[in-house]
Order: sequence, then C-alpha cells, then structure tokens
Amino acid sequence: MPSITFVLPDGTEKSVEADPGANLMRTALAADIASIVAECGGAAMCATCHVYVDEPYAALFPPVGEVEDEMLDSAAEGRSTASRLSCQLTMPDRNITLRIPASQQ
Amino acid sequence: MDSGAELFDQATPHGSQPPTVPVFGVDPYADDFLTDPYADYEAFRDAGPVIRLSRYNAYAVARHEQVQAVLTQPDIFCSSAGIGLTNFKKEKSWRTPSIILEADPPDHGPKRRILTRILSPAALKKLREEFERQAAFFVDRMIEKGTCDGIKDLAEAYPLKVFADAVGIPAEGREHLLPYGDLVFNAFGPINERFEKRMASAGATMEWIKTICSREALTPDGFGSQLYAAADAGDLTEDEAALLVRTMLSAGLDTTIFTLGNAVVALARHPEQWALLRDDPSLARAALEEVMRYESTFQSFYRTTTQPTELAGVRIEAEQKIWVGIASANRDPRRWEDPTRFDILRRASGNLAFGTGIHGCVGQMIARMEGEIVLRTLAERVAELVPAGPPTIHFNNTVRGFSAMPLTVTAKAS
Repeated sequence: MPSITFVLPDGTEKSVEADPGANLMRTALAADIASIVAECGGAAMCATCHVYVDEPYAALFPPVGEVEDEMLDSAAEGRSTASRLSCQLTMPDRNITLRIPASQQ
Repeated sequence: MDSGAELFDQATPHGSQPPTVPVFGVDPYADDFLTDPYADYEAFRDAGPVIRLSRYNAYAVARHEQVQAVLTQPDIFCSSAGIGLTNFKKEKSWRTPSIILEADPPDHGPKRRILTRILSPAALKKLREEFERQAAFFVDRMIEKGTCDGIKDLAEAYPLKVFADAVGIPAEGREHLLPYGDLVFNAFGPINERFEKRMASAGATMEWIKTICSREALTPDGFGSQLYAAADAGDLTEDEAALLVRTMLSAGLDTTIFTLGNAVVALARHPEQWALLRDDPSLARAALEEVMRYESTFQSFYRTTTQPTELAGVRIEAEQKIWVGIASANRDPRRWEDPTRFDILRRASGNLAFGTGIHGCVGQMIARMEGEIVLRTLAERVAELVPAGPPTIHFNNTVRGFSAMPLTVTAKAS
C-alpha cells in the first residue's frame, strides 16, 4: 500500500499508509494530523484542510478545480502554487509527501 | 411512533440471489412522525442500508455511510431531477428548478464558484464585527426582558437583521421572509395539506420577494449587488442574478433561524451542557456543530438516479427518487458514539447537516459564523438560561425547528 508522508509545521514527519483512491483529507483526520481541521467535512467550503503539494507529487493530481481555486484564496496561511485542498484529492498509486501549514483558521 | 418493515423482493432478471429491500409504509411528513422522528429513523437504519418508502414510491438511505455515498456521487445520484419528491424529468412541476441547488455539472460549477467567492471565509471577515455588535444587542434585550422567547427574540430576530442586511434587502417587509422560506422548504416534500395551506396564502409574499430581488431594491455593497456585479461581468445573466438573490434568501435564512432555535432549545433542555458553554464561551463553535448533528435543521431531501446502479449491494433502477436522511445519518450509531446524547464536547464535525460534496451548503461558513457568534454572546452575557414553558414545534416537510421557546434569562455577573 502506498504511503503519505506528512511534513508537519515543526519539520517533523509522519507517514501513514493509504489505499489508492482514499480521500486525503479523511486520511489525514484518521491519522490525527493536527492542523487539518476540515470544518466543512469535504465540501470545499472552509479552506481548513489546506496542504502544500510540491513537485514531483503535484503532477499526480488533477488540476485545481474552479471552486477549490476560489476557496484557496481564503486559506489562513498564504497560498502558493503548491496549495491544494486535501478534501479534493484522492490517493494516487504511489508514495506522496504533503506539507502541512502552521495555521488553518 | 413505531413503524415495522415488510420485505420487498427485488426483480431478479439474471436469476441471481434476490436481495430484499425492507419496505416502510409510514409517512415521514405526518405531524406525529415529525414530532419525534428519531425512533422511526432508527428503525429505517436498522432495517438495512437501503429501504423503500412505499407511500412515496421512493428508495431511502438513513445510515451515515450511504447518505455520504449518495451525496458524493452526483453523476449517479443527481440533483437536476429536483431535490424534492417531484421528478422534473418525468413530471411537470409548478416551480422552476433552482439554478444552483438543482443543477448538475457542468452547469453547476460556474454558479457555485460565484457564490463561493461572495460567501468565502475571507469575505466574511469584514462582516464579523457588525455581526458581533448585533448579537450583543439582541442578547442584552433578552436579559432586560428577563422572560423572553428564545425563538422570536433571538433565533428569528438575529438573522432577519444581520443576514438580510448582508444580502442587502430593504428593512421594510422582512416579515415576508419567514413564510417564503417555509413555502420553499415545504415544497421539497409531497403536495400535502401543509404545503397547500402555505401556497394558498403566499400571494403577497411572492410579489414582495420578486420586487426586492431586483437590482434597484438592493443596497450597493451587499451579496445581492455582488451577484448583479457578476452579471455585469458576464458571468451570469440578469435573470440568473435575480434567481440567486432569491436563493440566498430562501436557503440562507430559515435554515439559520431554525438552527439557532434548535441550539437555544437544546441548551435550555440540557442545563449541564449550557453550564459547560457558559463557563467556557470558546466552546461556541463546537457546540453549534453538535447542535447541527443532534437536531439537524435539514432533515431530508432527495436525489434521483441517472442510471441503474448498486448501493450497498442493492440494485436501484434509473430515474428512482432516493430519500436522503440527513438527520438520521447524524444519529447513526455506526458513525457516532452514543448518538442520542447531546454532548458539546464531542467532535461533531463530519456531520452531514450542511450536506456534503459539490452541493454541500455554499453558505455554511456564514451560517457557522452567525451561530458561533450568537452562542458565544449568550455564553459571555447570560448566567441562567432556563425554560419557562415547553417549546412549540414548527412543522415543515423538510426542515425541523421551533416557533417558540419561552425562557427565563439572567445576566452574568460582570
């Protein structure tokens, strides 16, 4: 099973396995990743499941959706070209790394 | 109310093992069902992952897992055939489908994007201070009265002021907004006596709504004018802008009013939970989330299958209405520990009160902001919040709430 490495704001890392196709936000919540808040439960409405997906992993995901694009402007920590809402992403079939912002609200 | 299920054998064209679908004859829109629907929801959930409501010729899902599955597969379980009982693809409807709520991709996304921008957390920050000031005003007025009505004096008064101001509609005539919302939410159910009664008295209200959704009637900086600005930018037609102003008023007001009312009632009925909140007002946001799980405002609505499909092993044909039991999912013991317990300290996020997926409530962040501010203000200013009589339930085909909650309130020592 492929795994996700979460790079936490203090630089420490935590890895969890995830089935391909699993929702990344829900996987992070199940793994108790602090600062993935996901208040809206996955409707792309709250921007509190913001993650940074750097290359080469970014290319494993479909482009930013139109509603996701609007919502990323509300992310508490600055938006970058790597910004995604983890509720909109599903696990690819290989290992990935996600950087977690320090604040979500 | 207790409702037993019979079993319904599915047709087996390929000679496979016949799965059975439990059938319920109960009317989920009857007064006695709506008075306390939770025992019936439990029977629905326990009977199986998919059941049938024979009275309305609809399938139904009442467990959290299947409700979430239906809401997150809009290509199979669509909204464009109407989120009420009427199938727009087969039956003529008296009403025009909503261009956002009852639209599928790709029509849905562009409109959703505009509303998302107008109602985004970043945009809402500008409103927070005024929303807090108004909450203090209404809560202080309740304290001055001593004996008051938690519904009229707070749950109704507050959104009628702050949300209607935020949309930018005139102060005059806002009393029409409550019967309007009531009509809209009744319309998602069957054409029953409750609906007919609202419809019969709706004339003046519909006339007023039409007037205030026009460009000229709106304040220049509100959400309504921002929708017309989107029309000016070519992202919407003028008619679509008017319809979306109307949608904001129908979707954004009654729902919040009932949610605030359900919060007041739940807290007044659970003094130990009220004490927790009063002693730590920072619990307001979590408390609101738990209210929405425990007593969900939107009880149920429908999706329609676009193709033959299988859900939890049950075959469902195309063009079938599926009753989606939001409030039931939020009390499913398969998902929640001790679900009938109102517990503001639990992690209630993941509840489906706002729906989820592409049609998840676009106004949920402003609704959360209103709710959080009201509960925090109550917690900061009120010591005792005690029932002075029983609450009066408000019957509606789709949303659950109260029309009165007599209270005695006292000020917190400052």
